[in-house]
Amino acid sequence: MSLRRLAPEQPASFAFTPENQKWAEGQIKKYPEGRQASAVVPLLWRAQEQQGGYVTEPMIRVIATMLGLSPIRVLEIATFYTMFNLKPVGKHLIQVCTTTPCWLRGSDTVVAACKKNIAHAPETVSADGMFSWMEVECLGACVNAPVVQIGDDYYEDLDGARMESILSDLRAGRQPKAGSQIGRQTSAPEGGPLTLKDVKGS
Amino acid sequence: MLADKDRIFTNLYGIHDWRLAAARKRGAWDNTKALIERGRDAIVDELKKSGLRGRGGAGFPTGLKWSFMPKQSDGRPHYLVVNADESEPGTCKDRDIMRHDPHIFLEGCLVASFAMGANACYIYVRGEYRREYQVLEAAIQECYDAGLFGKNAAGSGWDFDCYVHHGAGAYICGEETALLESLEGKKGMPRMKPPFPANVGLYGCPTTVNNVESIAVAPEILRRGATWFSTLGRPNNTGTKVFCISGHVNKPCNVEEEMGIPLKDLIEKHAGGVRGGWDNLLAIIPGGSSVPMIPKSICDTVLMDFDSLRDVKSGLGTAAVIVMDRSTDLVKAIARLARFYKHESCGQCTPCREGTGWMWRVLERMVKGEAETAEIDLLLEVTYEVEGHTICALGDAAAWPIQGLIRHFRSDIERRINARKAGKPALAAE
Repeated sequence: MSLRRLAPEQPASFAFTPENQKWAEGQIKKYPEGRQASAVVPLLWRAQEQQGGYVTEPMIRVIATMLGLSPIRVLEIATFYTMFNLKPVGKHLIQVCTTTPCWLRGSDTVVAACKKNIAHAPETVSADGMFSWMEVECLGACVNAPVVQIGDDYYEDLDGARMESILSDLRAGRQPKAGSQIGRQTSAPEGGPLTLKDVKGS
Repeated sequence: MLADKDRIFTNLYGIHDWRLAAARKRGAWDNTKALIERGRDAIVDELKKSGLRGRGGAGFPTGLKWSFMPKQSDGRPHYLVVNADESEPGTCKDRDIMRHDPHIFLEGCLVASFAMGANACYIYVRGEYRREYQVLEAAIQECYDAGLFGKNAAGSGWDFDCYVHHGAGAYICGEETALLESLEGKKGMPRMKPPFPANVGLYGCPTTVNNVESIAVAPEILRRGATWFSTLGRPNNTGTKVFCISGHVNKPCNVEEEMGIPLKDLIEKHAGGVRGGWDNLLAIIPGGSSVPMIPKSICDTVLMDFDSLRDVKSGLGTAAVIVMDRSTDLVKAIARLARFYKHESCGQCTPCREGTGWMWRVLERMVKGEAETAEIDLLLEVTYEVEGHTICALGDAAAWPIQGLIRHFRSDIERRINARKAGKPALAAE
């Protein structure tokens, strides 16, 4: 548990774009009549994306109205679930896994690369607005440790130098290739699979 | 080594296409109608005979769990909820199933739902797994387009809807009742049991919560028969299992192997051995972060299954093998896990909310030797005060790794404390 509060400075308003509004209405239909509260996490998520990576108070009020909930119910969701950021983040948010399996494989060097190239303190937006970084708990890609998440993608089998290379690609507007940074086939052992070699499939 | 013909997840590494047409060539969705026409009782019986135990960590018999669902609906709908909130440190098997073999899994969702009288299934994917969510969403759409889901699903006469839902970063939502709370749009705080989900689950309706891997293996068990599955592995620990081997091995990987494979074989045959050789091994956490570690002397001979690991006071858990060689600062490794549990405690029960933070802070001091020897026993005592005194098992999960550390490596902690007192720098490992 940790104390999480909304940022002191808040924008005046929030409204879903027409496309996102339509998408949100479709999400609500996934749940039975009267159970629209189930859509609160997906809606907050899409709103966070639209806002550039963080949750705001006007957003919470808008979603509460859409789902027929009191705002406090949506606020408690935003503060309970740690993938909701409560203050502005960089254009690219670097989420560095430092839990034991990643730590054993050298996540300290990945953190050091972020400190050096972004900002010493986590959750600080870099001067150019391009980056912020934070430590996160296990991302669930432990056989490809160390791992970071940037947007929807995982970057795996990292070390400090590979992390720096990803950051410089992003800074230059290039999209680094997601997945293993040492050319491994996903979760297969390095050098190629030792099993499933006879499987026919396309 | 398990033969490829006995492997269920034939696209574990994503070498082949995950889409429906390719998955069908590998055997998914092969006459699913006939499986369903066997009827509810026959499906549940076959699962029971196969000996399949839940793959999410607790190892509860899957067929038995399915049989707890009411035979007749009292007017309330039944639900299958799949726990795809894979978050146990060390574990990354369901990720591969969802992104590389989604159709094997989705076929399981239909068969399992039918077997428990559910016309709807929700798959709860952890928030971080964006790509996996997107693959599942697309694969579900393929199923609707092909008539495998929807009215008269796969021509079986059973109407079936399947939805994918996601969380937003909370380990606790992997606990089944916290997952249901979260799916209902609330904070992920575990519920008191009873009532159990089979009576009062999602939206107050009869619900079964199963792990992705448990659901995904069901159709293949039905097709090949319970005997095929139960002759793999050992009695009461049958079948195949996806193992995740991480940490200090030469080639970390996921691999589907037979239950009961010796731990040493698993690491040497599939993961390229321990870094620096087997003799460089210090300890292994054999089943995800929640289970106690075991020292090399036990690793030499232990088998990887529920009962063998229980007998050495650890557990198979999710079969996530975290290997630590002799360069590892074990106290720091466990202190980091303690920080994880402190971060992930939902805060509902006092022993866990207060205890996880307290245990973490003491361990952080012990890393540096800044403690009294008597505090080791105090710490151990506190772990027993947390264990078993909370609504859910997160308290237990926070306590067990620390108990494992003290059970096997107490002298390591003592040495640091003594070195500190003597004014020497505390050595991490020797």
